[in-house]
Amino acid sequence: MRIRIADTTLRDGSHSVRHQFELDEIRRIAGALDAAGIDLIEVGHGDGLTGSTCNYGFSKHEDFEIIAAAAEVVKQARLAVLLLPGIGTIPDLHRAWDAGARAVRVATHVTEADIAEQHIRAAKKMGYFTVGFLMMAHRSSVERIVEEALKMESYGADVVYATDSAGAMLPNEVRAKFTALRRSLEVPLGFHSHNNLGLAIGNTVAALENGATWVDGSLAGLGAGAGNTTTELLVAVLNRLGYPHGADLYRTMDAAAVDFAAVAEAHGLTVTANQDAMMLGYAGVYSSFMLHTKRAAKRFGVDYRDIILELGRREAVGGQEDWIQEIAAAMAAERAGQTR
Amino acid sequence: MEKVNVAIIGPGNIGQDLMIKIARSEVLNLHCVVNIKESPGLERARQMGAYTSTDSVNYLLAEHSDDVEIVFDATSATAHEACAERLKEAGFFTLDLTPAAIGPYCVPTVNLSEEMLAEPELNLVTCAGQATVPMVHAVNEVADVYYAEIVASLASLSAGPGTRANIDEFTETTRAALESIGGADRGKAIIILNPAEPPIFMRNTIYTRVRNVDMEAIKAACARAMEEMREFVPGTRWRMEPTLLDPDGDTVMMMIEIEGLGDYLPVYSGNLDIINAAAVYIAEIKARQLLERRRSGGAVKAEGEAES
Repeated sequence: MRIRIADTTLRDGSHSVRHQFELDEIRRIAGALDAAGIDLIEVGHGDGLTGSTCNYGFSKHEDFEIIAAAAEVVKQARLAVLLLPGIGTIPDLHRAWDAGARAVRVATHVTEADIAEQHIRAAKKMGYFTVGFLMMAHRSSVERIVEEALKMESYGADVVYATDSAGAMLPNEVRAKFTALRRSLEVPLGFHSHNNLGLAIGNTVAALENGATWVDGSLAGLGAGAGNTTTELLVAVLNRLGYPHGADLYRTMDAAAVDFAAVAEAHGLTVTANQDAMMLGYAGVYSSFMLHTKRAAKRFGVDYRDIILELGRREAVGGQEDWIQEIAAAMAAERAGQTR
Repeated sequence: MEKVNVAIIGPGNIGQDLMIKIARSEVLNLHCVVNIKESPGLERARQMGAYTSTDSVNYLLAEHSDDVEIVFDATSATAHEACAERLKEAGFFTLDLTPAAIGPYCVPTVNLSEEMLAEPELNLVTCAGQATVPMVHAVNEVADVYYAEIVASLASLSAGPGTRANIDEFTETTRAALESIGGADRGKAIIILNPAEPPIFMRNTIYTRVRNVDMEAIKAACARAMEEMREFVPGTRWRMEPTLLDPDGDTVMMMIEIEGLGDYLPVYSGNLDIINAAAVYIAEIKARQLLERRRSGGAVKAEGEAES
C-alpha cells in the first residue's frame, strides 16, 4: 500500500517562527515540497484557521493570504489547512476553499471527536479531502481512541489520525493504539508525531508497521516543541523500509537544506537536522567517514550524497577512508567525460 | 403567590438545571416539559408534576398554548430555528438558550430593557457570552475596546450533545455578542473542552485591546461588573484580575472562574448556571409584569397550576 506523506512545515512549523512566515517564504517552501512529491502540504497559523489571536499569537499574514500564496505554486500536492472546532468555523472553511485549500484536517482533543461532526460533514460537502485529527492521543485509553476515531469515520472523514501532540507516546503505546484502530476502522489511518522524547521517527515506524498509511513530517523537523518527524528523514526511512511512496529523497533533502534553511536563517533559526549524518545511516556507511567525505566532495566538486551511496553499495568497512577519495575522483572524471 | 406557567423544550443538561431553578422561583411554575423522545429529563419533569410529552413542540402548541406564557428552548440551534416561528405565532414569550440567535441577544446586566421584554423572543447568547460580555462591556465603557477575544474552557462533562453539535453557532454567536452587546469593534471567541478529572470549573479568559489604557478605570469598571455577575451566580470569581499584559502594550487580560450552584450538574458546570440564571432572571421580570397586568385586569392566558 502506498504511503502518503503530509508535510506541516508551514503549519506546525509556523509555531517556531511565531507565525511570522512571509508570503514569499511560503511560496518558496510550498513549491519545493510540491516538486519533491509530498502528498499533502499543510499551511496556516499553527493553531489552525483563524488561530491568529491574543491567545495563540497574531500571524504576520492572514490564513487566507497564506493559502492563496501557496496555491500559486502547489501543482500536484493537496493543499491543506487545519481547523480546530471552537476556534475556526465552517464559514472559514468556505473562505479557505475559495483561497485554494483542497484538504482540511479537523482537529479535536482525543476525547472530543463529536465537536468535529459539523465541520467534517460540511468539509466533505464542499469537496474537501477531509482528515479527522485526534490530538493528544496519549491522553486516552486504547478503547477510547477507537471509539472517538469511529465517530470521525462515521462523520465521513477520509482518513483518521492519531496525533502525538505532546511528543509523549512510546512505541509500544503507538503499536497498541494503531493495532486496535486498524482492527476497527475501514478508512486509512495517519500518525503525526512530536520529537519531544526523541521518538518521533521511531514512533512513526511503529505506526506504519501497525497499519498507518499516512505519516506527517516537517522539514528539518521544524514544529512546536522539539518539532515533528523530520520529513527528509521520513523519506529516507520509508525507502529503507521499502514502503512505496511518491517523494524524492534528494529533492526533499534540498527543500530542507537549501530552501528551508534560508528561510529559517531569516527568522534567526539554525537548522540542526544533520543530513550528512542521515546519509550515513541511509547508506549504511561507517560514521567516521562523514567529515572525510564532505572534504572530498568539496575537493572534487561532486555531490556528497552520491559518494556515500556508492560507499554503501561497495560495502566499505571501517578503516577504508581511502576509498572516499577514489570514488570522488572517479565521479568527477566520469562527469568531465560526459560533458566533453 | 400567584405564578406564571412556563414550559421547557428539551430537558437535557440545560433543561434539567432550569427545572430545578424554576422550582425555586416565587413567580414561575413549571407547567410543561417536552422532548422528542423519552428521557431521564422527561421523567424528572413528571416527578416534579409537570405535563410532559415526547411530541415536543407539537404537543406544547396543541395542548398548552392557552395556559403557558413563557417558554425556555434548551434544544439546539437547528431545532430552535425549526420551531421559532410557531412559538411566536402562539404568543409565547420565548427565552432561547440555543445559539440560534433569532431574537435579540440579551445579557441582562448589560442590555435588558422594557423594549426587550416586549419582544416575542430573546436569545441568551451562550454561556460563554453571559460570562464574558459584561466584562467586555465594562472595559469598553471606560477604555474603548477595539478588539475583544475570549477563551471559554468547559469541563467536557458539562457540554451536552446540543452544545457539541452546534459548536460553530456557539463560537459565532459569542463572537457576535462581544461586538454588538460588549461594544468591541471586533470580537473573537474560542471554546475549549477539557476532559480532565476531576472536572475543571468553567473558566473564561477575556482579552481586550483598548484605545485608552487607563488600568485604574478598567479595574474599577470590571470590579463593578463582577459584583453584578455575582448577583446571578455567587460562585463567580477572579482567577486573574484585569492585568496589562505588556506594560507598553494595550492588551488587558483577565480570567474568571465560575462555580455553579450544583443544581443539576455538579458545581464545576458554572456554564449551566450562568446562562440559566440569566434566563430565569429575565423570565421572573417578565412574569412579574404579566402578573401585574393580570391583577389590573388585562388580557391574560388561562391561569392554572400543573398537576401538583
